[in-house]
Amino acid sequence: MAHVAVMEPPVAAEHGAGVYNEKLGMWIFLGSEVMFFTALIGSYIILRFGAPGEWARPGVVLNVPITAFNTFLLICSSVSMVKAYAAVVDGDQQKLKLWLLLTILAGASFVGVQVYEYTHLVHRGFLPSGIREGSELAELVAQGTIPEATASIYGSTFYIMTGFHGFHVTCGVVSMIWVYLKALRGGYSATDYRGVEVIGLYWHFVDLVWIILFTIVYLV
Amino acid sequence: MATTAATVGQVSHAGHVDDRSFLRKYIFSTDHKIIGIQFLIMSLLFLAMGGALAMMMRWQLGFPGQVMPGAALLPETMAPGGILLPEFYISLVTMHGTFMVFFAIMPLLVGVFGNFLIPLKIGAPDMAFPRLNMMSFWVAVPSGLIMLAGFWAEGGHAGAGWTAYAPLSASPEYSGVSLGQQLWCVSLVVLGLSSMLGAVNYITTVINLRAPGMTWFRLPLSIWALFITAILVLLAIPILAGGAIMLLFDQTIGTHFFKPATGGQVLLWQHLFWFFGHPEVYILILPAMGMVSDIIANGSRKPIFGYESMVFAIMGIGFLGWIVWGHHMFQSGMNPTLGQTFMISTLLIAVPSAIKTFNWLGTMWRGSLHFHVPMLHAVAFVAMFVIGGLSGVFMASTPVDIYIHDTYFIVAHIHYVLFGGSLFALFGAITYWYPKMFGRMMNPFWGKAHFWLTFVFYNLTFFPMHQLGLQGHMRRIYDPTQYEFLQPLQPLNQFITIAALLLFASQAIFALNFILSWFRGTKAEANPWHDNALEWTVPSPPPHGNFAVTPTVYRGPYEYSSPEATEDYLPQNKRLPTDRMPASQPAGD
Repeated sequence: MAHVAVMEPPVAAEHGAGVYNEKLGMWIFLGSEVMFFTALIGSYIILRFGAPGEWARPGVVLNVPITAFNTFLLICSSVSMVKAYAAVVDGDQQKLKLWLLLTILAGASFVGVQVYEYTHLVHRGFLPSGIREGSELAELVAQGTIPEATASIYGSTFYIMTGFHGFHVTCGVVSMIWVYLKALRGGYSATDYRGVEVIGLYWHFVDLVWIILFTIVYLV
Repeated sequence: MATTAATVGQVSHAGHVDDRSFLRKYIFSTDHKIIGIQFLIMSLLFLAMGGALAMMMRWQLGFPGQVMPGAALLPETMAPGGILLPEFYISLVTMHGTFMVFFAIMPLLVGVFGNFLIPLKIGAPDMAFPRLNMMSFWVAVPSGLIMLAGFWAEGGHAGAGWTAYAPLSASPEYSGVSLGQQLWCVSLVVLGLSSMLGAVNYITTVINLRAPGMTWFRLPLSIWALFITAILVLLAIPILAGGAIMLLFDQTIGTHFFKPATGGQVLLWQHLFWFFGHPEVYILILPAMGMVSDIIANGSRKPIFGYESMVFAIMGIGFLGWIVWGHHMFQSGMNPTLGQTFMISTLLIAVPSAIKTFNWLGTMWRGSLHFHVPMLHAVAFVAMFVIGGLSGVFMASTPVDIYIHDTYFIVAHIHYVLFGGSLFALFGAITYWYPKMFGRMMNPFWGKAHFWLTFVFYNLTFFPMHQLGLQGHMRRIYDPTQYEFLQPLQPLNQFITIAALLLFASQAIFALNFILSWFRGTKAEANPWHDNALEWTVPSPPPHGNFAVTPTVYRGPYEYSSPEATEDYLPQNKRLPTDRMPASQPAGD
């Protein structure tokens, strides 16, 4: 019962959402995030359906296998996040630290792989502004493997969606390091695990967005 | 256990000694009341600046080609020889709209009154996240400064209108502006962060921090309106942020979102902008409606007419606001069938708006009317909102809109709802809550003088614009005399300019009243307007932490002239012998 004192509103109040402020605030914030990604994804859908020609076929420009691995990594990090949460609810400090650390490592690796992917794509001539003249991909455009009419807008939509997702993962990793440092000092317990639960919500959201993005950007 | 937590909370701020330093108390304060006042000062300064920009535009429209008084203060890049450059005029149009919408009216309604009123009116010690609240203000300030900086940017400030339509805004080759437009985008993204933080805070606070007995249907309508507005802000602003980021990338790193030659779509910008922009319209009016409801009930000494229908009307407007954005795009080349759908959904908004209007009239009907300064402004709000609302119905119907699209009729409409509506409500609200903010009353004589002068000159300025628009006067035009068919309208244009200058000058009365009352006004008692809501049960200004003891609420905020009370008002927390304790009240109190 002790956690009730910490995780309920600090003053007597009319019955609210039945959850503590930080958790409610995170849910509300995620509502805002949904709309932000809706703007980006919605624009992508409109631009792709209204495009002046065929879109490049999956796998021609983007490296699907390596991103599939990255997707797997991010899903695994959601599992480890759940394990960290379960550990803190049980009051198991050692497991909390272990699973948090694994989540951070998986998240950071995801960003690392994405940076590698970007570097590789830019090297091959795939830019937010379109295909670079004289690059490897420019030859594919010349051969007709990549439709010329949509090549530029393809780059713009790809980088803005995956880029902002990567930015969100990075923010998540940084916040998680902060949570981890607090966990090292024993800042969380079975009676007060707000930080762990709230960062967990954010982390699952970012994971979910990635599953959508992977499907619509890489696979179709 | 819950009892212990509650009891601790009850005494937490009682007899609290305020030992915070000046910096923590007034500059980097986490107190919602101080943050509200900070927003108030910031947005009033931007309001004055937005007004000054409008005066320059009016001079050019009334007296094109004549040296503008005071133009010597402007650099050569804006007004060489005292005559405004066309490029600068277009920047003025853009920045007047941008500053008024994003940095004056929106922070005044949401930033100031959302912050100041929500915790006080629901009986909470502060916001749910006080530090995020402070951050929200200190993110808004740099955003405003970035927007201001654009005036000194090379190539001039953004000139694509406050709506920044692509491709004019997407590429410097069309407008000649690059850095100014980029700063416009950056500033709005930063401001979006501030608004989002505020919205998360307001929503959490209203849901979780209501005092015992403050059930949803005992909330003041101002709080209902601010709550629904916060939801609109939360969901609409990210769409603008997404659009503005894409626009910024189009200009800076060469993406193609809004460039049709390379696969982009110009209409996409309009869809994104107005999908944000129409909810934004209700962000700018709903809080005003809520505060006007509070003031009209108070000034009529009667319970608000149809409280629940008011709440559902707010929700209805909030919902309908999401499915009408296409009515801004009837002329864009959008599918006409789609236009029909948007016309019908837009006309539907007249229903909840009319419910609200009739409820305000019903509240005043046979009331014991007290025309104090806030009440004058509130009644003016209702009258002006009806005019603006009705001209809105004209524009909603596609055949009429084809004729009046992008004319001064639109300018008249937007000013009837934003100035006649929101700003009158704000003048009323500032006067009404001034004693609670600063502990002193604003001078009622000068308040009335300001009201009447504003009311008269406001109508003389904006009403003739309907006529201009119907005769074909374009909305954004540097020199109307260049067209022969507009030349006969020039006397009307000059009349409007003179009225506008007098309107602007009348605001000096408000500014002086505001500043002088801060130091010299008569000391305000706790409840100068004899209002029922919780903020009037604590001293003016309320101490840090607001309530010495967490209040218990027994009724709604509109119990005026109740037969159960000896006075003509009945505070929400006053317990009558017949009142039962709310279920959430801890035992032993």
